[in-house]
Amino acid sequence: MTSPSDLDLVAVTKVFGSHRAVDAVSFGVAPGEFFSILGPSGCGKTTLMRMIAGFEEPSSGDIRIRGQSMLGVPANRRPVNMVFQSLALFPMMNVGENVAYGLLCRGVNRADAQARVNRMLERVGLKGFAERRVTALSGGQRQRVAIARCLVLEPTLVLLDEPLGALDLKLREHMKIELKQLQSAFNTTFAYITHDQSEALVMSDRIAVMNAGRFEQVGSPRELYHNPATPFVASFVGETNRFAGKALACAGGEAAIRLPTGAVVQGRGLAREGEAQCFVRPEAVALASDPASLGALPNRFAGRVSAVLFDGAASSLLIETPNLDRPIRAVLPQAGPLAGIAVGQPIHCGFAAEATRVFPA
Amino acid sequence: MSGAAVDLPLAAPTVVPTRVPGAGRLALFLLLAPALLWLGLLIVLPHVEILILSFSERVAPRIYAPGFANYLEFFTEPLYWRTFARTALMSILVTAITLVLAFPIALYIARVAQGRVKAMLLLLCLLPFWVSELVRTLGWMIILRETGLLSYLLQAAGLAAGPVEFLYNDGAVVLGLVYGGLLFMIVPLANALESLDPAVVEAGYDLGGSRWTVLRRIVIPHAMPGIVAGSIIVFMLTVGNFATPVLLGGKNGLWFTEQIYAQFITRFNWPQGAAFGMLLLVLSSAIVWAGLRLTGQSLGSTLRQA
Repeated sequence: MTSPSDLDLVAVTKVFGSHRAVDAVSFGVAPGEFFSILGPSGCGKTTLMRMIAGFEEPSSGDIRIRGQSMLGVPANRRPVNMVFQSLALFPMMNVGENVAYGLLCRGVNRADAQARVNRMLERVGLKGFAERRVTALSGGQRQRVAIARCLVLEPTLVLLDEPLGALDLKLREHMKIELKQLQSAFNTTFAYITHDQSEALVMSDRIAVMNAGRFEQVGSPRELYHNPATPFVASFVGETNRFAGKALACAGGEAAIRLPTGAVVQGRGLAREGEAQCFVRPEAVALASDPASLGALPNRFAGRVSAVLFDGAASSLLIETPNLDRPIRAVLPQAGPLAGIAVGQPIHCGFAAEATRVFPA
Repeated sequence: MSGAAVDLPLAAPTVVPTRVPGAGRLALFLLLAPALLWLGLLIVLPHVEILILSFSERVAPRIYAPGFANYLEFFTEPLYWRTFARTALMSILVTAITLVLAFPIALYIARVAQGRVKAMLLLLCLLPFWVSELVRTLGWMIILRETGLLSYLLQAAGLAAGPVEFLYNDGAVVLGLVYGGLLFMIVPLANALESLDPAVVEAGYDLGGSRWTVLRRIVIPHAMPGIVAGSIIVFMLTVGNFATPVLLGGKNGLWFTEQIYAQFITRFNWPQGAAFGMLLLVLSSAIVWAGLRLTGQSLGSTLRQA
């Protein structure tokens, strides 16, 4: 009996008192997929994960793993293992014992468990660490023990609850890549929850953006980034410029928005007139020193550089123009004629209507 | 009066917080002084006195000479060392029973109860200690004696034909001692269990552990410093208890503290009593040391829990 997906949630709802922490969430995760749930803290993602792990029972709805309903199945009998936010390694055991724990719980004999633990430690790059105390490991090594402890049980699904939160930036960047590689090497289904959009974008095959107990949008990182379905997704995933105004004319998916300054911005989206907001990615903003080279763009503004926010490859530029009520953010040009641009210099910027997403406010 | 008025302006400058070299050390000494005095005068000094006394033997009325006779007397008279061994074994038993009873209570207080309920439960454990040990023990006597509550209830229920005596046996002694020790086991245990990260327990279940596995491999090892701390306290209190074995055990109580009492008070043989006192100190220290070695705990980590 094969099921097309490893994990299926059907209208799962969790109510705490009068608060709907998780509100009718449905989704499926395919075998071998890296699925992330991205949302701000308090959006219900942790509750959702705890329901999948078996620490909370849903108020209504069904959770199925390979087609089997998990309702009423205790956490220790589910083919799901979890990497906790605090990692929750067993401090009273050494690395080998931590990894062997689950195998011994299943009644695997000590010699077999030992062999499997050693193979697993070797695969995660911790060969020879079995006798170490977990307190004597670095952050990255502890991370790998926590994952090895789950993977050694060959679960259908591994749940990861913001496991990179406690690491410093450099290590976090490194662990993102390492996690992704581990996942594809073991070909295990991962469900990852995070509030860090960069973690989700880098590692995931698909991402669900969650807000106030509901899924706003489920899609590939590129879909979410380039075609956000809701204003929340547009503003939560990635850097963006947001302008609010009144929609003037809407036809065939094209919209014109009048900003409070009187300027009109051409964009795409929105089917009705009224209050609206539009979003433009910084990298969609074209810059030029003379307006002629921006001639093809419907939205063009002349302004002045108000700030240079240097951050290596992620550097940006804030441009103040009388047409927009707040500075517009653009990618800092670091090569070409505009390289070395400084605060106060005049500049022309423009963006295409296709790059401007319009939503009803 | 006038003297005080003159003194005031003179005393004032010493209060001004100028940095006098060694002032910090003086302040530390003054702060520690009450504790040091208490330790020195009430604990160290009497024990040195008792140690010296225990090595003096009576050679003639009112004439004493240094010697080991008091200790030899202990080893040659079976009643003494049997009572001694009995006290040690019963105290270990009492400690074990207290631990088994206190563990679920502490687990509940530390991990299930929240807020007010938690404070209430701890208060409930503390409440019996508002009355003196003697009164608490007398309370047990009222329940357990031949004409007492338990005997009456058994007869009323038709389970006993006549009055039943529950007092003056080992069971009554163990009951009284466990009751007296319970709080001192619950507090360090609850402390130790409270510091266990809930995620670690959840991870224990998540990886397939049953309740028993999680308890045996995660909860108990984590609580070990608390278990040892509580056991040491309860053991010490039990070994050195006097009222409970005397009142609940009667003449069958045979607790070693009774022998010390008898030597000091009844026989007026202070050197013998002093020797018994030293033996009891050595015994309890040895058992505590053995307990620490067996469980692989250090005294430092244990004291932090207690």
